[in-house]
Amino acid sequence: MSGPSTYQPQHPALKWLETRLPILGLVHSSFIVFPNPRNLNYFWTFGGILAFMLVAQIATGVVLAMHYTPHVTLAFNSVEGIMRDVNSGWMLRYLHANGASMFFIAVYIHIFRGLYYGSYKAPREVLWILGMIIFLLMMATGFMGYVLPWGQMSFWGATVITNLFGAIPLVGQTIVTWLWGGFSVDNPTLNRFFALHYLLPFIIAGVVVLHIWALHIPGSNNPTGVSVKEKQDTLPFHPYFTVKDALGLVVFLIFYCYFVFYVPNYLGHADNYIEANPLVTPAHIVPEWYFLPFYAILRSIPDKLLGVIAMFGAIAVLFVVPWLDTSKVRSANFRPLYRQFFWIWAVAAVGLGYIGAMPPEGGYLIVGRILTVYYFAHFLIILPLLGLFEKPRPLPASITEAVLGGGAPVTAGAPSGPQTK
Amino acid sequence: MILAHSAATEPTRRDFLFIATGAVGAVGIAATVWPFINQMNPDASALALASSEVDISSIKEGESVTVKWRGKPVVVRNRTAKEVEEAKAAALSDLKDPVARNANLPADAPATDANRAAEGKENWFVMVNVCTHLGCIPLGQEGAFGGWFCPCHGSVYDTAGRIRQGPAPENMAIPVYSFMTDTKIKIG
Repeated sequence: MSGPSTYQPQHPALKWLETRLPILGLVHSSFIVFPNPRNLNYFWTFGGILAFMLVAQIATGVVLAMHYTPHVTLAFNSVEGIMRDVNSGWMLRYLHANGASMFFIAVYIHIFRGLYYGSYKAPREVLWILGMIIFLLMMATGFMGYVLPWGQMSFWGATVITNLFGAIPLVGQTIVTWLWGGFSVDNPTLNRFFALHYLLPFIIAGVVVLHIWALHIPGSNNPTGVSVKEKQDTLPFHPYFTVKDALGLVVFLIFYCYFVFYVPNYLGHADNYIEANPLVTPAHIVPEWYFLPFYAILRSIPDKLLGVIAMFGAIAVLFVVPWLDTSKVRSANFRPLYRQFFWIWAVAAVGLGYIGAMPPEGGYLIVGRILTVYYFAHFLIILPLLGLFEKPRPLPASITEAVLGGGAPVTAGAPSGPQTK
Repeated sequence: MILAHSAATEPTRRDFLFIATGAVGAVGIAATVWPFINQMNPDASALALASSEVDISSIKEGESVTVKWRGKPVVVRNRTAKEVEEAKAAALSDLKDPVARNANLPADAPATDANRAAEGKENWFVMVNVCTHLGCIPLGQEGAFGGWFCPCHGSVYDTAGRIRQGPAPENMAIPVYSFMTDTKIKIG
């Protein structure tokens, strides 16, 4: 879709550069004249919001690293030093800590958007898988970042999560010892987590480039799920979508700043303001909120190895969604049954997050088990069967027709051949 | 290229050189990568066999002392007669993990109380107080069996530190230790 660049620099210096490194032409074709479907709604602004959050986390993280000390005897105090002594340190740390949560809020909306509108379907499978790789890298980065302040939740979160690998038969304990660099979570663990926490965001940035590259081959999906057919279905990225993305970003930043400046510790845990103590486990240890659904799945299964397999399976199943969903119709707007099952699944996923924050006993355990079974059933049973039995609603003939109306929906030539009225 | 040859033709000198060069290259890459992986394993200071000596003369019946060994808490407990009786009464068939997990005994020793407690001193009990599920520190003298209870994911251990309920797969580990005198033990 992007095709050869139409960029025609006028200034001699720019012409000189363009013939040697056509980088301005690349920017021009990717972010100025790039044709986007004209009907994108605000759920499509989260890609830009996520790009902003990655840059914001790297910027705040790099300056925090100038004041942080990755050593078990100094880490906790250096974070308190950032809060009390470093100029604007409190703000930079709160921006970074809450920024992680905002990053995950945005990525979950972005993923739910993809699932609702079928953005993972052909020809966007690689785009989806790259997104899932970014999601995994984000989780690893978030987890290791949470260890760095070396509070009680840092330490025991690190202990529990690294011990997950101990469930692997035969080599589990060897891997855990290798991850720790010792026989428990200790200074070598903290030191390497800091190094990797600094590294991974740049790996993420690299995969983001691939993600955008893979996006720009077919172009964006849209709320109808109907592919772009002609030029009038699209609008240039600038100014139409730069402005739309900017508005979405500003509203998102207001939400972000509310947390940073009014309830900066709302999403954290009070226990993490107690320095790590390897001899005492807090009474109620909970991971960060963005891991809670997966943590609930882990705890629902009363067997160490199977629990770990289920937890990683809950993420792994997302990778193969493009092949589990057998329907040719992308958007849930035209799939009356999938639309309902999507929302049931969304409630189940959020419900798992609630269960993950509760103690693993009594009714919570039972509900957690039911929701775990449903989570997997949605992907492994409902999604493949829906494509076979569901009668999609008629698709609009084009994006333009969907936007401007104009006569009865024309279904001839629609990819799925859905039922006509 | 090598793939262009049919199975019938003789391998050429070039085929041999291609495979030999590739094999040497692969071994070289593996040998270069290994130090980058191995550096993450415990270093010499962590491996240096740290041992801790504990004076147990002041531990009365029903009391425990926790010492740190290799970064982990090791509990030394003077068990009550009732705790010992309960631990002895448990049938091996009732245990989720029937292996002693005692570093002082063979790996296949059964998880009887005699194999878990100190040899010849059944009231003395030494154990790495780390849950075998995901590494939390279980609380002592809690839970349905009066032994240990893990607050993280609800594993219940009996008075000999054996897993009885919950997600943990194994009994808590017994470290290498020995009585130096009647009132002093050395862990590690």
